[in-house]
Amino acid sequence: MALTEGTANPRLYLQAQTRWRPIEIAFWLATLLPYALFPDYLSLASQIAIAGLFALSLDLILGYAGIVSLGHAAFFGIGAYTAGLVSKYGWGEPLTGLAIAAVAAGLIGYATSFVICRFRHLALIMLTLGFGLLLEELANSAGWLTGGVDGLQGIHTWKLFGYLPFDLYGRTAYAYALAVLFVLFVFARRLIHSPFGLSLRGIRENFVRMPAIGAPSRAHIRTIYTIAAAMAGIAGALLAQTTETVSLESLGFERSAEVVVMLVLGGAGRLYGGLVGVIVYMVARDQFSGIEPQYWYFWIGVLLVGVVTFLPNGILGGAAKLMSRRSRS
Amino acid sequence: MSPPALAARGLAKSFGSLVVASELEIELPKGVRYALIGPNGAGKTTLINLMTGMLRPDAGRILLDDVDITALPPEQRVQRGLVRTYQITSLFPHLTALESVTLAVCERSRAARAWWRQLAAHGHEIDEAYDVLCALKLDSVCHRLTRELAYGQQRLLEIALALATRPKVLLLDEPAAGVPREESKELFAAIAGLSHDITVLFIEHDMELVFRFASRVIVMVGGRVLVEGTAQEIASDPRVRAVYLGKAPTKELAELRHD
Amino acid sequence: MLPPVFGVLFDGLAYGMLLFLLSVGQSVTLGMMNFINLAHCSFAMLGGYVTVVLMSSYGWPFFATLPCAFIAAALVSVGFERAFFRRLYRASDLDQVLLTIGIVFISVAVAAYIFGTEQRPLQLPAYLRSSLTFMGVRFAVYRLILIGLALLITLALVLGLDYTRFGARVRAAVDNERMARGLGIDVDRTFAITFALGSGLAGLGGALAIEIIGLDPSFALTYLVYVLIVVSVGGLGSISGSFAAAIVLGISDVAGKYYIPQLGAFLIYLVMIGLLMWRPLGLIGRR
Ligand SMILES: Nc1ncnc2c1ncn2[C@@H]1O[C@H](COP(=O)(O)OP(=O)(O)O)[C@@H](O)[C@H]1O
Ligand SMILES: [Mg+2]
Repeated sequence: MALTEGTANPRLYLQAQTRWRPIEIAFWLATLLPYALFPDYLSLASQIAIAGLFALSLDLILGYAGIVSLGHAAFFGIGAYTAGLVSKYGWGEPLTGLAIAAVAAGLIGYATSFVICRFRHLALIMLTLGFGLLLEELANSAGWLTGGVDGLQGIHTWKLFGYLPFDLYGRTAYAYALAVLFVLFVFARRLIHSPFGLSLRGIRENFVRMPAIGAPSRAHIRTIYTIAAAMAGIAGALLAQTTETVSLESLGFERSAEVVVMLVLGGAGRLYGGLVGVIVYMVARDQFSGIEPQYWYFWIGVLLVGVVTFLPNGILGGAAKLMSRRSRS
Repeated sequence: MSPPALAARGLAKSFGSLVVASELEIELPKGVRYALIGPNGAGKTTLINLMTGMLRPDAGRILLDDVDITALPPEQRVQRGLVRTYQITSLFPHLTALESVTLAVCERSRAARAWWRQLAAHGHEIDEAYDVLCALKLDSVCHRLTRELAYGQQRLLEIALALATRPKVLLLDEPAAGVPREESKELFAAIAGLSHDITVLFIEHDMELVFRFASRVIVMVGGRVLVEGTAQEIASDPRVRAVYLGKAPTKELAELRHD
Repeated sequence: MLPPVFGVLFDGLAYGMLLFLLSVGQSVTLGMMNFINLAHCSFAMLGGYVTVVLMSSYGWPFFATLPCAFIAAALVSVGFERAFFRRLYRASDLDQVLLTIGIVFISVAVAAYIFGTEQRPLQLPAYLRSSLTFMGVRFAVYRLILIGLALLITLALVLGLDYTRFGARVRAAVDNERMARGLGIDVDRTFAITFALGSGLAGLGGALAIEIIGLDPSFALTYLVYVLIVVSVGGLGSISGSFAAAIVLGISDVAGKYYIPQLGAFLIYLVMIGLLMWRPLGLIGRR
């Protein structure tokens, strides 16, 4: 910011930080490019939008509040199965399906948040991991409801707004996923720039200091955990509605780990980090789709070690550093 | 007579076999400037931890303005006006000074619960935070990240965070710890300039500062209050000389303890 | 005649001993450095594959391969400790989790590449595959040996920790790292040795595990969860805690799968969450 220190009106300074920057607008305009440039890749694009929403929801708790979760896919899966089941049993209207999924995931998130907010460090990681595994086992053993390892079949998504059918090429699907992503992104952005968002950053920066300034950290954590769970649920519901199937993988440990990888690759705590990470990761995986999944995990492992060792703040963090270095010299 | 701003009744705490507070009886009348002194390990920080709820006492009660707050969690004590700072700087490294203080102000005004309104719309809170920073002469660095601030400025920011919560009772744990002598005088001048609605208790090893800025002094040794009185009484009390000041001349000793 | 519950208890005990070997190193190193090492079971898996290769390709007898499994895991782990982990002791939880899970992914892929994804069975000699029948309950010889071996190792660990100079250093470092440094203890070295020892035990556990739970590349991930449960329930840095937790976990897992198989691993996760919630700070994380 070019404001001179001290003389600047503090209100204006903080306002300036929340203004939409040109590069942001360019980014969102560019999300429309697939329609013009890669019409064959619209399905992939909608998968990316969905994963981007999922990563964004994780960013709210991990990047902003510093809650490391290895079980975030639980909420994605709850959303996916909820939307899938609602549709399978006769109500295929997409938007209400999303809402129902959000409520279901949010409720479960709210219930677990009472446990989550009491822990940090290893205990927290273990608990999120445990909740995720527990749910995976539950979905696996409740085959009569979830279809077990075969996945949930028989989902039929109705036309969007009653007249836009979901076509094979993913034209509607991408528009739908992108629109939902954008709306929720704007929501998340507002939230981050609110006093509540500031409190979340406080929790991340110094958890033990927060009570000493009168902050009810646990209540804050409960709120954000619930919101993040609902958002993850919406992402899962989008996947269920656009692919018309739900598999056990949607709430598995691998997906939980994968979304952490994507977020960290892009840069956690930066709002766009998840989106950038998801784009890079998913495009790369699409390019290497020929290789066996286990070897794909090899490269993810290498990527993780590399990011932690050389790029601690992800792609966006590295880019920001580069920019500031250049502008200084 | 009005009740004391803060009182501890029969406060006791042990870590295993180490007794760090035993049968502590402390009363801080409203508006008084108190100093809490005592050798290292006397249990001064522990006393602050107990009163602010960071530690749970084994026995005893804590009264804030005659209300029993012993069972309240730390953040609720802060909301009722009992606020502390830390001996070891504990701040938010990647927030700017203004953001940090605004955070504290928003928590006090309950604006922090509003996640649907942008920060920029909370002009009052921002202005108030800025005023606190101005009062402590931190306004010129208010947009710097906390971790980039000079150490002395970080110590001031500790106090700024506490002030932002509008304390009734302020417990300062060695506010000048590690600050050069010259700066620590300025820092104490800022503390002395605080409104007299605020009751202040500060821990400090430098006797010169203690005698200059405190009207009353509590001397703690081994988890007990050795003596309590006005600065003059303490300075001339033979027990204090024997136990705390020892045989060394006051000034040198004060510097020795200054860690 | 003994009722079948004794058979279940016995199998559970053997399984618990295995879990103990797999996790005791993790518990001590976590207590010392607060470093979250999710790659611990990768070292165990390495020990398993060393035994498999030595036996099937070189015709070594089973017991001769065990020391090699130990040493291989210890050496490789210390290499990783020097190269990667040591920089992250002060890093955030997230960085530790990311780096070590990255190593898990790599190890799984490498194992799959070299050994294939299918289970690698062991050709144990006949006497190890036999079993004794006592009052109507069958006790597998292999499990008896496993239990005996684990008890011996536990005894050695407890005595070593209590009565040797090195053990005193380890205890000091677990108790209060900063203080230990202040006393002139080379905590880094102590840690590296402990780390190697713990990973070596995991490697040994991996080798011993093949006969009971099998070995395939997903081992590093599957048993990680069990190890973490033992560590977090047993308490950081506590050998006896891990021992007790491993036995409880082993027996409840075996019993759960025997009596209510449809629940699968569900029960274990439930028990873990319950225990963590019940006594989080007493059992885990002294921070
Ligand atoms: N959490 C704790 N666990 C065990 N001992 C502690 C703890 N906190 C403080 N102590 C011990 O209590 C004594 C008093 O500490 P403290 O209150 O910090 O002293 P002071 O602030 O007067 O220098 C010291 O001996 C210290 O080592
Ligand atoms: Mg102290």
